Amino acid sequence: MGIELLGKTNINFIGMRKYAFILSVIFVSMGIIALVQIWRGQANLGIDFAGGTAIQLKFEKPVQMEQARKVLETSGYHDSELQHFTEGNKLLIQVKKPFEAREAKVSDRIVAAFSGEFKENKFIVEGTTEIGPKVGKSLRDDALIAVVISAIGMIIYLAWRFEFSFGVAAAAATFHDVLTVMGLFLLLGKEINLLLITALLTLAGYSLTDTVVIYDRIRENLRLRPKDDLGVVMNSSINEVLSRTIVTSVTVFLVCLALFLFGGEVIHDFSFALLFGIVVGTYSSIFVASPIVYEWRKGQKIRIRTKR
Amino acid sequence: MLRSIQLRAGLIVLFLALSIFFLIPTLVDPLPKWWTKYLPTDKINLGLDLRGGMHLLLEVEVQKAVESMMDKYAADIKDSLTKKDIPFGKIERTPDGKISVVLPDSKANDRFNQVRTDQFPGLKVASFREAEGKFLYLLEGNPKEAKGVEESAVRQALETIRNRVDQFGVTEPVIVPQGDREILVQLPGIKDPQRAIELIGKTALLEFKLVDDENSLEEALKGNIPPGDEVLYQKVVDRDSGVVTRRPYLIKKRALMTGDVLTDARMRIKSDFNESYVSLDFDARGARLFDQITAENVRKRLAIVLDNNVYSAPVIQERISGGKAQITGSFTPEEASDLAIVLRAGALPAPVKIIQNVTVGPSLGEDSIRKGIRAAFIGSLLVVIFMVAYYRMSGLIADWALVLNIVYLMGAFAAMRATLTLPGIAGIILAIGMAVDSNVLMFERIREELRLGKTVRAAVDAGYDKALFTIIDSHVTTLITAVVLFQFGTGPIKGFAVTLSLGVIINLFSALIGTKVIFDWINMKKQLKTLSI
Repeated sequence: MGIELLGKTNINFIGMRKYAFILSVIFVSMGIIALVQIWRGQANLGIDFAGGTAIQLKFEKPVQMEQARKVLETSGYHDSELQHFTEGNKLLIQVKKPFEAREAKVSDRIVAAFSGEFKENKFIVEGTTEIGPKVGKSLRDDALIAVVISAIGMIIYLAWRFEFSFGVAAAAATFHDVLTVMGLFLLLGKEINLLLITALLTLAGYSLTDTVVIYDRIRENLRLRPKDDLGVVMNSSINEVLSRTIVTSVTVFLVCLALFLFGGEVIHDFSFALLFGIVVGTYSSIFVASPIVYEWRKGQKIRIRTKR
Repeated sequence: MLRSIQLRAGLIVLFLALSIFFLIPTLVDPLPKWWTKYLPTDKINLGLDLRGGMHLLLEVEVQKAVESMMDKYAADIKDSLTKKDIPFGKIERTPDGKISVVLPDSKANDRFNQVRTDQFPGLKVASFREAEGKFLYLLEGNPKEAKGVEESAVRQALETIRNRVDQFGVTEPVIVPQGDREILVQLPGIKDPQRAIELIGKTALLEFKLVDDENSLEEALKGNIPPGDEVLYQKVVDRDSGVVTRRPYLIKKRALMTGDVLTDARMRIKSDFNESYVSLDFDARGARLFDQITAENVRKRLAIVLDNNVYSAPVIQERISGGKAQITGSFTPEEASDLAIVLRAGALPAPVKIIQNVTVGPSLGEDSIRKGIRAAFIGSLLVVIFMVAYYRMSGLIADWALVLNIVYLMGAFAAMRATLTLPGIAGIILAIGMAVDSNVLMFERIREELRLGKTVRAAVDAGYDKALFTIIDSHVTTLITAVVLFQFGTGPIKGFAVTLSLGVIINLFSALIGTKVIFDWINMKKQLKTLSI
């Protein structure tokens, strides 16, 4: 046989649920605070949700940040955000004011101001994004509706394959992960944009798979050992699939690490969300998804479909 | 056993061949002649975020189209009343889209009502008031007619923008309606986004109006604009210094003629000044109208107004027949040529507002692709190495499944002409993760069975059997999510959902058939006593 990271383990995961719940409540409340902040418009929303203008410039030579900031201030964009990518001498300027198509365009004015100041250091406009406030709102709503409906579909399928409590717990664990990553992004002041939503969906898919694998083993063991206590069955099931859980997490983590390190600035935050999300997703399928079912159904007879 | 192995291997090879077949246009450049003649030549379609280009969402301001319909009604009412010598006070469109009519006495009122019911049955009386011997009406349009005007405004705007883009020359543009009053325009690989926006967003309403020389422009600029007049400006560029100034004109509001009588508009260059201008050709009706206008207004100034900007206001020297005119101004050749395009393609029935503009320069797109591919490659390599290190020979089989997966996925992309976007790459990462996971699930199961002391053959079969339902469950839940996201998501989320759904389906195949067949084949060739797993 090849390497084994873990031999046969016998960890009492269900017994640790109290500590896990405390930790998770902290995570989830952070996420809920993030949601409220987003709803209030206080969070660092990307311009695709908030509306506004973003311009990315690529210079020939390195740029002094002070100089760039001065240009923005003198041209009246004090509240704009400036991000510097040293690799390739790139500047990302974001003005989070809903733009008005009729006015002189924000992007034109900024580009003109920079051309005046940086005469020695030529640049090209690599990309511009302008989003009206109405579009931002509809993008946000569409994303929300899609997420909610897919959660419902998922609960129905898992309720049919396992039991209602399993479906709800799987959905809860998935939302737990999504909220945790959102909370982290709020804490770090990172931007919440459409690309992050995609990362959260990827992460939700990953976390869900992880949870289903463990549920599957629990179902199998419940059938084999109907007399045993639910907690005992859950523990041994989680232990049995633990090496699979770890191996899969490690491989996906490696892929995301490569994206994070080499993927370029556009997907930098995206891959950061995934990296962190994989750790949380693995944690939640072990410490959140099954313990919720345990708390819900302990001491009761679980009716699992006997036919597969 | 042998038959089943042959069958499954055949299926794998068939799909592999199909994938490579569809990928050839993407990989081979240039394609041989015989290929382009008979076989598909579609490359994998890259989204704007990867190949660079411009994505615009336009909102047609349909209420403006309705307003101009009401303006026209107001003008028609005035005309009819004037023709019949019915005296009237003020007739104008109110800001909320109704028409207010004031009549001085009851005789005029009776005759007006006659005209109203005979000629304008579409207009309803919203309110009527009699005050100080005057009769005040507020007329409103038919909501059904307004709705029709709104719909046709969007349809016409779509058609006009399509024409303009076609004449501008962009390869593979996407111009489709979205929702009730929005138009989505995607222009891949565009070099000069600013110019494209000008071209698409210009209303291009061309009007010929008289300059009011009887009243004082100075007074008007102080705020005393005579009724029926307006102040419009001309942009004047000084040839030497390049300084731009705005020159005001006092202009009569009524348009004598509009751009809908044009049959052609071309960019020309005046040979003696090397100056660009746009020449206009009118149709028969336009030619007649222009002839009449110029005949009636000799020595007066005729302003050529485009989207409420005066371009020139020459004095009419003599009656002009023949149906030709020109627009001069300080144009660069590009400006003149773009203006000719928009005039040829026709005016937009209502102004459009850009509510979303995402422009990705070709260099950024290239950068994203290069880095994305490099990262995906390094990531896959890490996984490949890890799997071999962890599972030895079996890891090699898993790696084979991974390669199958990626080739199938790319092939399916090319065959279905789906569009690969940056979020799509995220979907592929998740799919790769699931592909590896399927193998890990099976291998861990096989290890468990081997630990129980089963023979290699029995362990492999049992491992696959038991892992099967777990794999199906996890894939179906993911597929449900992906399909819903595809159905209800927009833009990037849709791109993500497409790759994910394809990835899940392909992964099921390669996990359940792709690797098992190799185990079976090895098992059949040599009765393994131990398995490298």
